[in-house]
Amino acid sequence: MSLPSHLTIEIVTPDRAIVHETVDEARLPGAEGYLGVLPGHTPLLVKLQVGEIWFRRGNETTWLHAAFGFAEILPDRIRILARTAERADEIDLERAEAAATRARERLASTTSDVDFERARIALLKSLSRLQVARRIGMRSAGKR
Amino acid sequence: MPSLIDLRRRIRAVKSTEQITKAMKTVAASKLRRAQDRIVGARPFAQLMQRVLSDLAARTGAAAAHPLLAPPAAPDAPFLLFVVTADKGLCGSFNSNLIREAASFAVTAGREVAMGLVGRKGRDFFVRRGVDIRFQMVNLFNDLRYSHAEAMAETAIEQYTSGAASGVSVLYNEFKSVLQQQVVVDQVLPIPALEAVEEEAEAVSADYLFEPPAGQIFSDLLPHHVETQFFRALLESAAAEHAARMTAMDAATRNAGEMIDGLTLHMNKVRQAAITRELIEVVSGAEAL
Repeated sequence: MSLPSHLTIEIVTPDRAIVHETVDEARLPGAEGYLGVLPGHTPLLVKLQVGEIWFRRGNETTWLHAAFGFAEILPDRIRILARTAERADEIDLERAEAAATRARERLASTTSDVDFERARIALLKSLSRLQVARRIGMRSAGKR
Repeated sequence: MPSLIDLRRRIRAVKSTEQITKAMKTVAASKLRRAQDRIVGARPFAQLMQRVLSDLAARTGAAAAHPLLAPPAAPDAPFLLFVVTADKGLCGSFNSNLIREAASFAVTAGREVAMGLVGRKGRDFFVRRGVDIRFQMVNLFNDLRYSHAEAMAETAIEQYTSGAASGVSVLYNEFKSVLQQQVVVDQVLPIPALEAVEEEAEAVSADYLFEPPAGQIFSDLLPHHVETQFFRALLESAAAEHAARMTAMDAATRNAGEMIDGLTLHMNKVRQAAITRELIEVVSGAEAL
């Protein structure tokens, strides 16, 4: 059986379809750890957690922030259903930083009326956003 | 007979009303376009969700045991009906159709009906009528988000699984076309049997591995399915509302135009009559000399 040479990656959220591209390689934040996907991957249905989605086409790499969802992986395509997903250049750094600070404060507080689970998720999301946003910062710095 | 001044005043009033309705029509038209784009944008997500779910349902026989698919725990509990109305009026029969339909649903359902009210108009109507209200949300259509659907789904699932409701449906205006909105009822819970979507060619290879196991993914996915259904209802309703308002305001603008024409004609007649009368007075005054 010949293996496909490329992957088609589709990322959709309830609001819009974000990505529809042909790529060589991708990495997803699976529920039980990051997983890399190459063309010819065995069919897999995986739950996603908060984290970064990365994919590469030739030398061109793209990072996205994604939170909660599912990915359907077939030998020649990846379909991702995400609750939220943002391209690195769409991320508002200041907002993400403010959210991270707020979430840390809430986690650090000792009163019992805090919803710790929500704060924890908020922190995870904002950290992931920051990480993704910094990736493109790093890359453009490297080019110079 | 109204005086000239009165007529002029009325014409001016109708004219400014006409301007307002014309502006509202333009605004509704541009909002409608955006709402339609959102419906189109939400479609891939819902389709993919549906496909994965029916695929999973076929694969995991244990799926039927899931509480969201199973018949109600308490069959005698009230039926929960979500009614999606608009936040604002001035959109023709949009809201009254919905409210009438909701009221007749309550009569024909054959069991008690509790309500989940989304949108100010429906809320205001039913709150005053002592209906059993389990959920309400207003002022959301200006900035409609997925989290609104999540809130609805959370209540629906909680009510259904706890036995407080024997079923959940959502009543909303479906966007058929700009001229046509249709009131529809969609059953949400228990989730209607997931009919297998026509399988594509790739299904041959789709012998998946699962991470985490299939059963768990399935039960994680079902609440999201409920959310997407509510989200779709909200988006449809938003588009239908703008379409209804556009049509209503178009009709209003046309009526105002006709009214102005009629009033102008009348005013000219009155003015002419006054001039003729004055002339007669002058002439007969001259003759008397």
